[in-house]
Amino acid sequence: MKLHEYQSKKYFSNFEIPIPKGRVAATANEAKQIAQELGGRVVVKAQVLVGGRGKAGGIRLAKTPQEAEDKAAQILAMEIKGLPVRKVLVDEAADIETEIYLGITNDRAARKPVMMASAAGGVDIEEVARETPENIIRVHVDMLLGLRDYQARDLAAGIDLRRDTWRDFARIAHGLWDAYVASDATLAEINPLVVTSQGRLLAVDGKMVIDDNALFRHPDLAEMRDLDVEEAAETEARKYGLSYIKLDGEIGCMVNGAGLAMATMDIIKLFGGEPANFLDIGGGAGAEKVAAALRIILQDPNVKAILFNIFGGITRGDEVARGILSALKEVQSEVPMVARIVGTNAEEGRQILTNADMITAETLAEAAKKAVAAAKGEKVQ
Amino acid sequence: MSILVDKNTRLLVQGITGNEGLFHTEQMAAFSTNIVAGVTPGKGGEWVLNGKIPVFDSVRFAIEARGANTTVIFVPARFATDAIFEAADAGIQLIVCITEGIPVQDMMRVRNYLDQKGVRLVGPNCPGVLTPGESKVGIIPGDIAIPGEVGVVSRSGTLTYEVLYALKESGIGASTCVGIGGDPINGTSFIDALSMFEADPHTEKIVLIGEIGGTDEERAAEYIADHMTKPAVAFVAGRTAPPGKRMGHAGAIVEGGTGQAIDKIRAFERVGVRVAAHPEEIPELL
Repeated sequence: MKLHEYQSKKYFSNFEIPIPKGRVAATANEAKQIAQELGGRVVVKAQVLVGGRGKAGGIRLAKTPQEAEDKAAQILAMEIKGLPVRKVLVDEAADIETEIYLGITNDRAARKPVMMASAAGGVDIEEVARETPENIIRVHVDMLLGLRDYQARDLAAGIDLRRDTWRDFARIAHGLWDAYVASDATLAEINPLVVTSQGRLLAVDGKMVIDDNALFRHPDLAEMRDLDVEEAAETEARKYGLSYIKLDGEIGCMVNGAGLAMATMDIIKLFGGEPANFLDIGGGAGAEKVAAALRIILQDPNVKAILFNIFGGITRGDEVARGILSALKEVQSEVPMVARIVGTNAEEGRQILTNADMITAETLAEAAKKAVAAAKGEKVQ
Repeated sequence: MSILVDKNTRLLVQGITGNEGLFHTEQMAAFSTNIVAGVTPGKGGEWVLNGKIPVFDSVRFAIEARGANTTVIFVPARFATDAIFEAADAGIQLIVCITEGIPVQDMMRVRNYLDQKGVRLVGPNCPGVLTPGESKVGIIPGDIAIPGEVGVVSRSGTLTYEVLYALKESGIGASTCVGIGGDPINGTSFIDALSMFEADPHTEKIVLIGEIGGTDEERAAEYIADHMTKPAVAFVAGRTAPPGKRMGHAGAIVEGGTGQAIDKIRAFERVGVRVAAHPEEIPELL
């Protein structure tokens, strides 16, 4: 789960990381008031959870409160990469000498957190990693030992940071580590970390991504979820314990298991169709869950056929079939449906569905071909 | 023969009195897995499975009384990390964790600790390990595979069943099937499983089932090229997965250009590993 810039910086400031003075505003008028309180030049920044806000015109400098109001009004009327701007952050403008990058993320391959610093701050770090990887200094941190002082020094020295700022830099690096651990973040970054002309360090932009699996122990952070970044159907699916992701194709799929759901999408494509969604209904396949999943799939007007691929395993095939039928009583639809059930009592399950005039298939390949044909309006048995 | 679990497995079930734990204990027992004890804190002294399996309050008590060399964990995510540490500290050598949803920082602590102790973890967020005809540790349906010479290693659950089933339908059996789990940080990697299969005299061929996210498949491909004499066939799920979206599994996400299915497929093909276009094609490629 991503946090907004203003939320991330606020969080960082609890860990002795200096941030610019400023506040978040939902209206242009509020932005003007904040600019008045701050005095001097301010930066008005769109709070949306996508990269490239600056390039899209979502970050503007304002010299007067009136200008802050105008720019806030413009930004609040914007959509950036499809996301509406609902809030702006009004921050005191920093007096910038240089900009550096400091971040921490999980290195899957090393199975450890990695703290990274770069003298090239203020630009997309993934771009730096691609084009000039030598400009990123990395230290792997032991989860049980935590960040050590020498590691912070190695980063500072590695990016040729002014020596008179090393002590501040180390304090910020430790603060960032502590924030990362305390929040169960998978990413915590300051970009840019600004060195002012007086030699002070200031976290001008911040970004955090929190591990969804750890939200149970961070109810305060869980409340910050911004639902704009996901489709309404994805939010609804989560309520039912379903994992759903909307795609652009015409064949809806309902599968038990994430890997099998991906493989089902892939085979639809392989046989000339396009999947309309990813949907994992998880273990079991009770009527209620199947019905919820079916409703969500059918909300997508592009869906021309639905493919059920259920690997029974321990769940019995006849139970799954009854689940599908009772869901269909609840959710009426003319969309052709192909069902493939494998595992325990699969034969009985298929019989139940055939009797109910559903298209059935034995293999995954057969099911995919039938779904693709049905989506094209062909008659399928 | 097999890897990880066999007739000598003396299994402990952590979380044995929960719904999942109890149900799968029955299933494992029906598959003649030697389950010696269960653990649920606060329920020591009870018995499950019609008085056949004693329940203890802690792993240490269970081991002292019954002896166990392997544990399977069905404990909810918020308690699972502790259950893993408990098993490792009590001297268990193989821990299979089925639980889904363990925070990733917890897993980094676990890996760090277990590596130092030399304890093997399979999972979390995995279906477990199945050696057809000998032992089932976890939730893989026992009847979808027959004994044989193909080692199967996979990041997925039901997709693995799909492949085992396709193999069985073609009369091909498995030596052992290892589900390593769908989390970004897990206990056993593809490479760990590959090296065990390479050393197992009864495994002749290997099926590797990967998916988007991370670079474990790419590293497995390199390992196959450098260290494996046995032929391998692969399948990678998620060719159609959009970038930046987590596809059900915590670890199944294309981030910053890494973790794409196509890169993994190319990595395998580059080292001569044949990659199936869909799961049912795997038996032909073997």
